[in-house]
Amino acid sequence: MSFQVPSFRHPRQAKNDAGYTRRDYEGAPSTLCAGCGHDSATNAIIQACFELGIEPHRVAKMSGIGCSSKTPAYFLNKSHGFNSVHGRMPSIATGANMANRDLLYIGISGDGDTASIGMGQFAHALRRNLNLNYICMNNGCYGLTKGQDSATADKGSAGKKGTPNPYASIDLCELAIELGASYVARGFSGDKKQLVPLIKGAFAHSGLAFIDVISPCVTFNNTATSTKSYEYVREHIEATNTFDFIPLQQEILTDYPEGTTQEVTMHDGSKIHLHKVENTEDVTNRLKAVNRLESEKEKGRLLTGLLYVNQDIQETHDIINTTLRPLNTLQEADLCPGNDVLQKINEGLR
Amino acid sequence: MNRIERVNDFVIRFANVNGSGSASANNLFARAIFRAGVPVSPKNIFPSNIQGLPTWYEVRVCQRGFLGRRGGVDFAVAVNGQTLFKDYHDLLPGGYFLYDSSKDLPETFERDDVSVIGIPLTLLCNQEFANPKLRQLLKNIIYVGSLAHLLDIDFTILTDSINKQFARKPKLAEPNIKALELGYDYAKTHYPDTCGLRVEKTDKLGDDILMDGNSAVGLGAIYGGATVAGWYPITPSTSVVEAFEKYANKFRIEEESGRKKVAILQAEDELAALGIVIGASWNGARAFTATSGPGISLMSEFLGLAYFAEIPAVLVDVQRAGPSTGMPTRTQQSDVLSCAYASHGDTKNILLFPCDPKECFDLTADALDLAERLQTPVIIMSDLDLGMNDHVSAPLHWDDNRRYDRGKTLSGEELEALKEQWGRYKDVDGDGICYRTYPGVHPTKGAYFTRGTSHNEYSAYTEETSIYKANLERLLVKWDTARTLVPSPRTKIRDEDNGVGLVFYGTTTHAAYEAIARFNERGIRLNSMRIRAFPFQEEVIEFINAHEKIFVIEQNRDGQLRTMLMNENAISPRKLQSILNFDGLPITADFITEKIEYLLDIVPETATSSRGDAS
Repeated sequence: MSFQVPSFRHPRQAKNDAGYTRRDYEGAPSTLCAGCGHDSATNAIIQACFELGIEPHRVAKMSGIGCSSKTPAYFLNKSHGFNSVHGRMPSIATGANMANRDLLYIGISGDGDTASIGMGQFAHALRRNLNLNYICMNNGCYGLTKGQDSATADKGSAGKKGTPNPYASIDLCELAIELGASYVARGFSGDKKQLVPLIKGAFAHSGLAFIDVISPCVTFNNTATSTKSYEYVREHIEATNTFDFIPLQQEILTDYPEGTTQEVTMHDGSKIHLHKVENTEDVTNRLKAVNRLESEKEKGRLLTGLLYVNQDIQETHDIINTTLRPLNTLQEADLCPGNDVLQKINEGLR
Repeated sequence: MNRIERVNDFVIRFANVNGSGSASANNLFARAIFRAGVPVSPKNIFPSNIQGLPTWYEVRVCQRGFLGRRGGVDFAVAVNGQTLFKDYHDLLPGGYFLYDSSKDLPETFERDDVSVIGIPLTLLCNQEFANPKLRQLLKNIIYVGSLAHLLDIDFTILTDSINKQFARKPKLAEPNIKALELGYDYAKTHYPDTCGLRVEKTDKLGDDILMDGNSAVGLGAIYGGATVAGWYPITPSTSVVEAFEKYANKFRIEEESGRKKVAILQAEDELAALGIVIGASWNGARAFTATSGPGISLMSEFLGLAYFAEIPAVLVDVQRAGPSTGMPTRTQQSDVLSCAYASHGDTKNILLFPCDPKECFDLTADALDLAERLQTPVIIMSDLDLGMNDHVSAPLHWDDNRRYDRGKTLSGEELEALKEQWGRYKDVDGDGICYRTYPGVHPTKGAYFTRGTSHNEYSAYTEETSIYKANLERLLVKWDTARTLVPSPRTKIRDEDNGVGLVFYGTTTHAAYEAIARFNERGIRLNSMRIRAFPFQEEVIEFINAHEKIFVIEQNRDGQLRTMLMNENAISPRKLQSILNFDGLPITADFITEKIEYLLDIVPETATSSRGDAS
């Protein structure tokens, strides 16, 4: 943890297309443990926002309770944030999104916050396909309360407490696909090169984009016997594919040899070019996506990358057909039918 | 036998099997009384069941305009074999018993103080109508026709109602009118002078309306500018959001695009429902939810968050009999404490107590203003009786000059113009209320981190004791401000020298006023105060101090409002005595009268005069 963050920045620090420097996307100094995976994940978020030229005040960052839920304070300090209650970030994000469909919503949660108490709200935010970027910083344990197993801890994995987890674990990515998610990815806090494009793709996606970020807890779950330790993850990681994210405004500069890429067009016009490792891969096919996850599990591998994407789906506002004008901008003229109408209603009640 | 003989002053109770279509026939009857200009109070006493169990519909007809339950039944329409015996024996002496004489009454029905009226509903119905589905519905319409003769109701009021109801499907009007005629003719032929109860047209109602409280709340939310509703189905609050949705489909559609100017989401549970409301309110949209007791328990965590982080939230609690799952289809006022002090830690929430549909409408619109002005939860305490029954009410009115009070918010320009640094929890005016900003308001100013954890004036986390304490104390300053903004009580001093005062709220009001009128006639003029909100204002404390004895009349077992009066205003328990009804049925004027007689050691009036015969 840093007690002091130097405020000096290079005078010619690069600015993005929107005129902001990277500094404009940072937040308060982190109070997390030194070496915490969440701080790297936070960095990836900052990087993605900076490179995309997003205006910080057009972002709302929501979280639940837990170490990961503290991270919104450490990025985008020009954005409004809402650290709510344990497991209930999705409903707050839903309401906020209903009020203003035009902001970019980032929902930060943890494996305890999502896979236990938050399981219901997770499932239904997916079901409604809320336009939310849901990032779960997954360390397999409850850090803030001193290291209990979470529901994503693998069976047999033992953290600092030493007792192996006796229960089956929940694979949030596979579950998300099952529940109807339309953008599912897994990253690793130790691999920013992979994670940043995953986040950019999520932002371009219209609907619920879920990213499970394996983010080791150095204090309570980084042991040799833990399957969520840096060591274990590095040794067992597998990637679906690398990919380039090309925002709408940018030209496609790379030539891809035929048959080696799969192109997915996002709702806002941006493109994802996936580099296929095997010709049979197709991350737009739900069945294949789940099978791939399962077969890697059988091999004892942890599959990362873009796991599944489906652009043929509507987000909540389109499903319920709300006005394109944000609801929080409507005034009396739009909202109140007036006294004449009320007198007619009275008539109908006599 | 002295048969009961009265004009525009009786209680008639229908006993049906639920799910048999009786509601529409009974409703038709109640509306006919209403359209004859006579004050009417229909109460649906239905089981927690879809089909097959007993259901009662008790209609009070009262020229004088008392809208609560009286107590006792003068006329029974007993069409449910399961409860035939009970309905027969519940009748007051001199009462009337109408039954389906297609089947004989058992021999055990031997009262000599009841007039029995047999109408062969099943036989008449089957003779005339071949369609089995129609039969079920029309059988009940036949007895409405019979009642038209027996009670002297103008037949055209009924036929007009039918024609109006089936204006879009006139083919359905015909069999209904035929059924009415069948019942009418049979009763007229066989019971020309049997019934001493009559309905006479009056103009007592003026331009009053007949409406259920839940629809009034839904409409109030539309007029009050709500754009987001998160909700979860629960009896008896579901129809609040259904009404909101119905009115939204009429009045909140964007003309050019056909898109909706409203977001209504059925959540996965009550917690999510309130979460949606809080998220929306935080982001500058007016939002509300509706629930009942069990939902309040679930919502308590989020209520604490809204209280401490100071986010507007409007919640309608349509109370039902508890505890736990209780009786989902029975009424009570037993969530008062749970709502007032919802959530762990030191919390207090604003409560509003409507007593009729007009207040349901007005107070819902006011609640949306109050929640945003005070940046805190506002809970509208309705109940099943008010929400799900039709009530006579003054017509609704909206001032077209009214603007929504969005409370203390800062726009981008205002942020730009500020000289000192803004803090989300800085009390700049001394009223305990701070300025908030909406997400996206300004490129570089105004962003802050909302949290349920302890916070300083800039909404940063703090464990500094003095700052934490000051923040909590400021919430009490805000509470005092709320005292000046919430609806004031309705106090009536009828006798300055009488040391006895009555306190009541919500649906208890109507039966209480009737009891007061009865005592008035006997020369005992009681003073009363109808409380309409929590926190309690000065006026409430003054009223209590001005009397020696206060009777707090409410519908729960533990005297919850009494507890709050003692708790909030340091009033001695000995001064406040409870009159409590908590059987799940709406409180009656008879009950209140008897309790006051007992508490004041007054000799009870005789049976006949206590029901207003003397008037």
